[in-house]
Amino acid sequence: MSERSIQWFRFTAPANFYDLAGRLIPWFAALTIALFAVGLYLGLVVAPPDYQQGDSYRIMYIHVPTAWMGMFLYVLMAVYAAIGLIWRIKMAEIMAKAIAPTGALMTFFALWTGALWGRPTWGVYWVWDARLTSMLILLFLYLGYMALHAAIDDRQRASNASAVLAMVGVVNVPIIYFSVQWWNTLHQGASITVTDAPTMATIMFVTLLIMTLAAWMYSIAVVLARARIEVLERERKATWVRERLETES
Amino acid sequence: MFRSLFALLRRDLTLALRRPQDALTVVGFFVVVVSLFPLGIGPDPEFLRSLAPGVLWVAALLAVMLSLERLFSDDYRDGTLEQMLLVPEPLGLLVLTKTFAHWLITGLPLVLISPLLAVQLNLRVDEIVMLMFALLLGTPILSLIGSIGAALTLGLRGGGVLIALLILPLYVPPLILGAGAVDAVMHGASAQAHLSLLGAMMVFALFATPWATAAAVRIMLD
Repeated sequence: MSERSIQWFRFTAPANFYDLAGRLIPWFAALTIALFAVGLYLGLVVAPPDYQQGDSYRIMYIHVPTAWMGMFLYVLMAVYAAIGLIWRIKMAEIMAKAIAPTGALMTFFALWTGALWGRPTWGVYWVWDARLTSMLILLFLYLGYMALHAAIDDRQRASNASAVLAMVGVVNVPIIYFSVQWWNTLHQGASITVTDAPTMATIMFVTLLIMTLAAWMYSIAVVLARARIEVLERERKATWVRERLETES
Repeated sequence: MFRSLFALLRRDLTLALRRPQDALTVVGFFVVVVSLFPLGIGPDPEFLRSLAPGVLWVAALLAVMLSLERLFSDDYRDGTLEQMLLVPEPLGLLVLTKTFAHWLITGLPLVLISPLLAVQLNLRVDEIVMLMFALLLGTPILSLIGSIGAALTLGLRGGGVLIALLILPLYVPPLILGAGAVDAVMHGASAQAHLSLLGAMMVFALFATPWATAAAVRIMLD
């Protein structure tokens, strides 16, 4: 039993992580391309237009997955940051740092596609809807995390300090979300609801699922690639880096 | 233990009183920013009145944020902060004491000067009372959350600008609730829900933020 179980802690060693990520990235990249191709074909060609919104609803196939990823990646980043801070696992610190730009990008895409969808649907690019506002603040939180990480020269200190910030942020995200929602309902009658869409056709649901998987695969591939480079940079004086780079070139 | 915390509080207050311009600059900033708004958006009294809660709260928020850099930076520069790490009292309590002193120096004057500005913006008496009460509950939250940002930017180039990016998103809930409380009174509704949540938030911040700030101070002095 114990011989056959996978030793997960093996991959907290930078050299092992570097090899594993190098082998996994092409697979995730291929899956990303395949799933995006299928998802976009289904979403743009096969799925029928919405009876109310016409073709503009198709933005949802990008918007919803990126919004989910944006929120989820923040939590994941905070978890990695906490692991790195508490147990001093270097790979967790690297992963937290590597996740931040992808999360910010996803949040930005969600806001951008939301604005493009809002124009034909609501007549304006931006409304101070509770969801939009809290996504905007989430983007600010990402930017603050990255700015703090970049401002501190010492790597270890940068990781620890931004880990504290990520954890403070993750405690605050629900508070911000609920206060914004409350503020929104107080200030204006709920004229626009994004939530109660009519029940979704199966093809639309399947497409959305595929696009979500594609966003997942993309995030994993990019985060692993970024983490791999960060590992090389941090461990540039280690012998394993020289060995790997010599065999690769 | 309380004697040493009291000594720390007295020291911080004495230092602030010896250099009153620091605290006065913050109040001055608050007054000037609020006075600029009517110039930007026009003198219509009713319009100004409807904007007043938001304007006053945003200005108070920015004033507190600008003063945050001073919370630890002087002690950091002359090495006092490093000595505080060696003191037997828990760092969280020391940090909390310093944050309390910071609030007494910057937050409280903002609360006291706010009626004057509220009159400028045509708020009525009951609204002004509510504004002061909301600020009294809210500015400690701003100081407490801000102390995390102040600790995280210790000794960094351009720390002051960075604090804005780190802390302002976290200031959203007190801003909404504080301005909302005044807004509710303005529209004849009860502000009790706002005040309760603001109070709950202050208690939570009171217990949670000193830990985070202490951890941040330890990291930055490492």
